[in-house]
Order: sequence, then C-alpha cells, then structure tokens
Amino acid sequence: MSILIGRDTRLVVSGITGREGEFHSRAMLEYGTNIVAGMTPGKGGQLALDGRVPVFNTLAEAVRETGANTSCIFVPAAGAPDSILEAVAAGIETIFCITEGIPALDMIPAVEAVRQAGARLIGPNCPGATSPGRAKVGIIPGSVHREGRVGVVSRSGTLTYEAVQAMSDAGLGQSTCVGIGGDPIIGTTFLDILQLFAQDPETEAIVMIGEIGGAAEEEAARWAGEHLRHVPMAAFIAGRTAPEGKRMGHAGAIISGGSGTAASKVAALEAAGIRVAGSPTELPALIREAGYRG
Amino acid sequence: MKIQEADAKSLLLAQGLPVPAWAVARTPAEARTAAERFLAPGSGMVVIKAQVLVGGRGKAGGVKLAATAQEAEAVAGRILGMSIKGITVRKVLVAPAAEIVKEYYLSAVLDRAARRIMLMGSAEGGVEIEQVAVENPAAIIRIHADPFLGLQDWQARQLVFALGLGAHLKAGVAIARGLVRTMLANDADLVEINPLAIVRETSADGTAVERLVCLDAKVTLDDSALPRHPELEALRDLDEEDPTDLEARAAGISFIKLDGTIGCMVNGAGLAMTTMDLVKRAGGEPANFLDIGGGARADKVTAAMRLILADPKVNAILVNIFGGITRGDEVARGLIEARAQQTRSVPMVVRIVGTNAAEAAPLLREARFETAATLDEAAVKAVAASHAATAAGHAATAAAAGPGASGPATGADR
Repeated sequence: MSILIGRDTRLVVSGITGREGEFHSRAMLEYGTNIVAGMTPGKGGQLALDGRVPVFNTLAEAVRETGANTSCIFVPAAGAPDSILEAVAAGIETIFCITEGIPALDMIPAVEAVRQAGARLIGPNCPGATSPGRAKVGIIPGSVHREGRVGVVSRSGTLTYEAVQAMSDAGLGQSTCVGIGGDPIIGTTFLDILQLFAQDPETEAIVMIGEIGGAAEEEAARWAGEHLRHVPMAAFIAGRTAPEGKRMGHAGAIISGGSGTAASKVAALEAAGIRVAGSPTELPALIREAGYRG
Repeated sequence: MKIQEADAKSLLLAQGLPVPAWAVARTPAEARTAAERFLAPGSGMVVIKAQVLVGGRGKAGGVKLAATAQEAEAVAGRILGMSIKGITVRKVLVAPAAEIVKEYYLSAVLDRAARRIMLMGSAEGGVEIEQVAVENPAAIIRIHADPFLGLQDWQARQLVFALGLGAHLKAGVAIARGLVRTMLANDADLVEINPLAIVRETSADGTAVERLVCLDAKVTLDDSALPRHPELEALRDLDEEDPTDLEARAAGISFIKLDGTIGCMVNGAGLAMTTMDLVKRAGGEPANFLDIGGGARADKVTAAMRLILADPKVNAILVNIFGGITRGDEVARGLIEARAQQTRSVPMVVRIVGTNAAEAAPLLREARFETAATLDEAAVKAVAASHAATAAGHAATAAAAGPGASGPATGADR
C-alpha cells in the first residue's frame, strides 16, 4: 500500500504537450507510472511521448476512453484553476496541480469545488508525490527515492529532495513522499496527509518538513500529539532565520504579525513529542531514535 | 506587494468607501499648501503622516498634528528625511485631523486554514490586532465570506451589530462589503482599516453629525496576481526599493537582502531558507535569501552572482544546488562565467548534487572551486571562509593604521 498514488493509479496529464508537461511526463513514464492519457485542447487524436500516450481535447473524453482516475496539471497559472475544475467535473479522484503563481483568490472557489465533489487536490505550487517502486506524479526526481515504510510530507520542493536523499542514503525508504505545496491556499494540508498515513498499513514512521507561514504545522502537530504518539516521527522546519514581513520565495512563506514563525512550529511539534532536526541530514537519526527499526 | 497608505485609500475610494480627504506632499512647501486647503474653513488641525511601508510610524514620531499651515510646513520638514526602521521618509500624507468619537478595527484577510476570505473586526480600534488577539481574543469577531457567493448582507449586519455599530448599520454594512470588494477587485491578500472611526463633523447648517469613516488604510497585493493588474504595478514604491530588488525581479530571481556576510545562491525556496538556517547554525550570518528557481540556466546564475556581490558586506558565497529540473552542469558553467566577470574576488563554496552533478564535478574541479559534499559541510566551510575574510580585513585595517594603533584584538570576533 501507499497513499494517494500507487499501482492502481491511472494518470492523465493536463498540458502534456507543453515544455514542462512533456519533460516531466517522460520522467514519470520512465519511473513506471501508468500514464493512460494526455490532455491538450486542440491536440486531440495525436500521440504524445513517442507514440506511447493518446492525447484528448477534453478531460471528460480522456476519462471516458481510458478510465483515468488521477490527474496532474502542468497548465500555466492563468488556466490552472480551470483545469482543476475540469478534472473535478470529469470525476477525477486525485488531482495534482504543479503550477506555481496562481493568484490566491482564484484558488478559493477551486478548492471549495474540489471539496464539494469529494475529490482531493494536492497543491498548487507543489512537486507532486512518489510512492517509490510504484508510481510518481509530478516533478520529484525519481533517483532520490528508495522503497520503504517512512511516509514523508513537505511544503517544499528541493528541500524535500534533500531530506529524502539523506533518508535513502541512510537506508530509510519511503512508503509515499508528498509535497503539499508552498502557496497560502492549498487543497491538502499536513493534517490531511497525516490522517492518510495513519490509515496506511505500510507507513510505519512519518517525517514532516514544514516552513514559516500560516499555522498548518501547528494544527498537524496537535493532532499527531493526540493520535500518533505510537508512530515514530521527526520533523524539520525551514526559515528559522527568516525576517518578519518578507515573502521567502513561496507565496505562503511569510511571518506576519508575529505569527507563522519557525519557533512557534518547533514548539508545537516538540509539545506533541516530535523531535525537530537542526538540519535535514539529521532526520534519519531522529527517526531511528524515535523508535523506527526499519 | 505592500503599497502606501495614500494608494490604499485610493483603492478604497474607488470602491465607494468613505475616506476623508487627503493630500500627499513630498516637500514642506507642498505640505503647507495642502494644510492651507484643509484648514481654510477655519479652526481645526491637520495630521501629517509619514508614508513608509513599515509599521510603528506613530511610535517613531512619524505622525504629528499641526494647527496652522506654517506649523504643518515645519512638522513636515521634520518628518521628511526622518528614518523609520531604516527607511527614509520621502513623502507625507496631509489630512484634516478628525474629531474621533470611537475607534474600531476592521479588515478583510485571506484565512489560509479555512481557505476563505475572512472579515475580522474589533471594537478595540487603533491598536494592533495582533495585540488584541493575544490580550483579549474574544474581542475579535470573525466572519467568513462564502467561497462562491461572497459576503452576504446578513453576514455584514451580523458583524456590524456584534461590533456595537448598530447606530451606523447602513454605513457599516457598506464598508464591510466594500472591503471584500476592494480585496477581490485588486487581488489583495489584506485590506485593513485601523482605525475605522466614528467621527464628529459639523454639517453645512452648523449642527454636529457623527459619521463612520476609514481613517487609515493598509493594503497588500498578491504578487501572483500583479500580471493581470498592470495599473497596480504603478503603485510599487520605488523610493523604498533597493536597486537590487528591481534587478532581481527583472531576472526572475527571488531575492531578499539581509544583514550578514555570507551570500547564498540556492534553487528552491525551502532549501534556500534551510541554507540560511544552516549558515546561522554554523556560526555565520546569511547576507541574503536567494532562490534562482527551477531549471535556471547559466545566465540566471550570473545575474544571481551580480546581485549577491552588489552587497559590499558579502565576503563569502555559498552555492547550494539540488538538481531536479535544474541541471548541475548548467549551474557550474554559469558560476565559471560569473567568476570571470566579477569585479571583486570573494571565496566561494559550491555544492551541487542531483541532476547532472557528475557532469558538474569535473568543471568545478578544473575551475578550482572549493566544493562540499553535504549541505552541512558547505555551510561550515562558507562560515570559515567568511570569518577568515573578516579577520584579514581587520588585520589590513590595523596594518594601514600603523603600529600602535588600537584595533580589535586579533581574531576576537571569531
């Protein structure tokens, strides 16, 4: 098992013929992800990725013809919320939106539409997810992973690669690694992912990688303190040196009015019995010290 | 993007909100002219407010009253040129001083947890809402706008009554709805009125009337939405921008200048923050946050290097690249090119892993860059290089001053 994606994932890529879409779809295919369809309006009937993937004009058609159950969106910011709504309407269960730079107010109705349809949105502005050995959706380099039983959830991209590489090097494989995205309005939070990991029999330990801004880490820490005391966990929080009032690259990474600080997140995690690493390279040792024997 | 109070007030006015008249002055003479206009009807005073994009203007002495045009000129003369939290005041807002009966707080914000627009109100106006949240959280009233339908009249009424503003029901509802409208029209992530105030005014027939008005305004705009609001880009205050901010934006680099000595060049925002944190942990001070973004090419690397070196305090550079979309050899080539162009020599520690790191390694070796295998090692090496440069700087200063000159003890700051 794994969460969100696995061997039963049937992926459709929105924007498969674009530069980013094509590059990353190729990497996903090479990793072994079952890409059943692509979608680019006006390019229906063509074949993408050296003739291996059929392209459709609409997502509804792609779902009807191929049974796709998961979508990955590489559409530019202006059209990405519309792509999310199209995926919802087509009955897609799990939607990954990689796109960066979507205005926050555009995401409010999109996220609500996803919620009302009972679907799940990961992102936007996220690197996607990998269930090592099974499937990878998004842009995380497959080479950093190793099959295993540690669940990883993060708000970041390259920082996740850094942490996951350190884990893989130390012999700690992953069940699923999820990047939930660095924007203020995202579809799936730390808490949502912790709840999924809690139900996954193959996830035996959890690593959380957060950063300044908002209070999602605190919310997840409180829940973990009540429900996951028996699960070995470790965390890392980026932005201890970030100044107040400045957006640190990610639209959501900002300390405002004294809230959203690294100190507040570290305190909440520690109160829940979760140790926080001083460097991502220390995560493997902390997970083992927390009792993980895998 | 933060915008000045005067511009924020214009955005409110455009949505039909009640904002008393104001004028912006860049010189004491302009302030005098504005004050003459506002004081013309007779008695009363004007308020003169520093226009800077930082909070705490009042405490810093950037908000003053004046009773005459002459005094306004003098007061403006003192405020203009004043430094508030490191920002030089280049303009002031001049407005008739209101006779305040009671102050309130009202804002529209992006509630990340609820994923909705939230109106936040408090009858404790004039103080920072963060302070109210700590001292008297029950005093804050929160109402969420519907994600599809927006803020409804009944919700606005609920808010107005909860604030105790029932005597100004119509105006209160209009203001609450206007805040949400201002947010949506401009893609703002914050629209804050503090204070929203009941003021006493004299009507044309000489009787006193009370009115609900927006006395201050703070608006921050969503950077991601600026491309579709070209008119708002004009509100960017170039007076308060470092020239490097402009260059970074043009190059598509996310850059924030800090106070330290170690320049950082990283791909990815989370990793860039982590790199800064590890520099600090190793005993150094980061000079900047810099994210070159995904898939950066050589030209972006050279632009990033220019930004870092533009800061004279930088005496060591740490390059940390975890290649995913970004190719390590592209970055290595960029670094070699940048070093050939750079005007001063600064020690550099380079760590490149991930995509095409194997191709980058011989390039870095040949160019004799100091490299590191892990992020922790890179941070330690960069901090050591910075400390060595600081010590060498002190030694050079001491030597230039000649024997016997009193200087810092050797290595004391290591």
